[in-house]
Amino acid sequence: MTAPSPAPRAAPAALEVNNIEVVYDHVVLVLKGVSLSVPEGSIVALLGANGAGKTTTLKAISNLLHAERGEVTKGSITFYGEEVHKLSPNELVRRGCIQVMEGRHCFAHLTVEENLLTGAFTRKDGRAAIQRDLEMVYGYFPRLKERRKSLAGYTSGGEQQMCAIGRALMARPRLILLDEPSMGLAPQLVEEIFEIVERLNKEERVTFLVAEQNTNMALRHASYGYILENGRVVLDGEAASLRDNEDVKEFYLGLSGSGRKSFRDIKSYKRRKRWL
Amino acid sequence: MAELGPVLEVLLGGLMSGVLYALVALGFVLIFKASGVFNFAQGAMVLFAALSLVRLAEWLPFPIAFLVTIIIMIAVAWAIERLVLRPLVGQHGLILFMATIGVTFFLDGFGQTIWGSNVYQLDLGIPASPWFLLESVFPGGLLVSPIDVFAAVIAGALVIALSIFFHSTKIGRALRAVADDHQAAQSVGIPLNRIWLIVWSTAGIVALVAGMAWGSKLGVQFSLSLVALKALPVLILGGLTSIPGAIVGGLVVGAGEKLAEFYIGPAIGGGIEYWFAYVLALAVLLVRPQGLFGEKIIERV
Repeated sequence: MTAPSPAPRAAPAALEVNNIEVVYDHVVLVLKGVSLSVPEGSIVALLGANGAGKTTTLKAISNLLHAERGEVTKGSITFYGEEVHKLSPNELVRRGCIQVMEGRHCFAHLTVEENLLTGAFTRKDGRAAIQRDLEMVYGYFPRLKERRKSLAGYTSGGEQQMCAIGRALMARPRLILLDEPSMGLAPQLVEEIFEIVERLNKEERVTFLVAEQNTNMALRHASYGYILENGRVVLDGEAASLRDNEDVKEFYLGLSGSGRKSFRDIKSYKRRKRWL
Repeated sequence: MAELGPVLEVLLGGLMSGVLYALVALGFVLIFKASGVFNFAQGAMVLFAALSLVRLAEWLPFPIAFLVTIIIMIAVAWAIERLVLRPLVGQHGLILFMATIGVTFFLDGFGQTIWGSNVYQLDLGIPASPWFLLESVFPGGLLVSPIDVFAAVIAGALVIALSIFFHSTKIGRALRAVADDHQAAQSVGIPLNRIWLIVWSTAGIVALVAGMAWGSKLGVQFSLSLVALKALPVLILGGLTSIPGAIVGGLVVGAGEKLAEFYIGPAIGGGIEYWFAYVLALAVLLVRPQGLFGEKIIERV
């Protein structure tokens, strides 16, 4: 091992994605060189429209692409300095990087509590520690405690999202890849979930990489953001500066300070894309 | 009392053969419950296990032959996981089902190629002559075959052990999680490959037990793989995902077909035993598609 190079940011990077390409079925190029960096202890938002490549990016990191016949063909992914691209998902979970998949994916025929306990599958630190973390999860999501004995398939969408996040927490992760937590939920619930994410970030020191379509919500709770379009990062920056960016306002927040723009301006926005 | 004797005897005989159906059904339930795959090859695994055991027992002491057969079944499970399931991860259930049909053909052929295709006698050292129970109550007593009793005890023990395993252990919980959602299970760090190896090995061992019970009754031969067909109505009745359901389903089918033969048989000329189970399964499908004990089909509206 060579000595670590001085970090460009204050906090060391928990996750470093370097120019990755992802190909599905050997032919379909979905990610065309995505790079991003998630500093330890931060919440980073990955934004973009449907099909921009958010989910693919997260699955490339957590190595869940294989089941969908996807493959990382170029670039590198490092988690706390370690190359993780060849690791199986369970080895990655053991190292502290876990994904909460889009659409919750709770185990419908298991009770809420059993769902949470499956998250502790890779842990070896004994029953008492797992029980303590179960109480911790119930502390953050009191609603789950009320419904602990019901089958997860019969709980509401919001409860399932909480269950999925709680299940990931049970693995004692350092980084959670949270895919589209707002999907299909009422705005109030989305707000509640993002507030809990922020609390988990502060109180439990969990780093988050959140893929979201709800740009407004994500940028209010994240510290840094990346915007993906067609499998490329086109913009990135501090959350506050992205919120003030005219293009982001126009295309992602649906706000416009200067009335309707003409198509020429849209083209100029395209020219201003960051192509790597 | 005297007229009750034959009925009880028929009922008892039916229940005992029901246990044998249940043993085969159990293998199906295990794999379906833990991986959502309907394993068409279960019957072929029964045949393969019984063949291995009977041929190995010809030149090894029985307990050693039994252990070697268990190892062989684990090897088979490993090969199936490695060569069939792993390349198909994330595919639709129907595709996995088709793959198990392929496994069936392979195991049937391979087993008979290496072990031979004659009818082999399997002697478990259990007396073949029937026992007569309650001779003081019924004239002539109730006739019970010791092999059936042996099978019933083993099946009962297996069911209790497997139920505890599925519902109270960490691995059991992981198995059920995998059955619900492969990818989500993977995402929380459950290693699919290891889980599948465990499930298929367990199903292989259950197949071995079923093969022993059926083999000692019918002789070990190709037709053993067809007992799987009798397990289908049992599965439909009991529910594909329920271990106790497999047993109850087996008992209902076994007792039902024998009693139907006894009561209705003479009126319509007999032969009810051969189709009764399927008609029963059809009726269950109409009213309760998930079976008596199957997991509810969760649909949120």
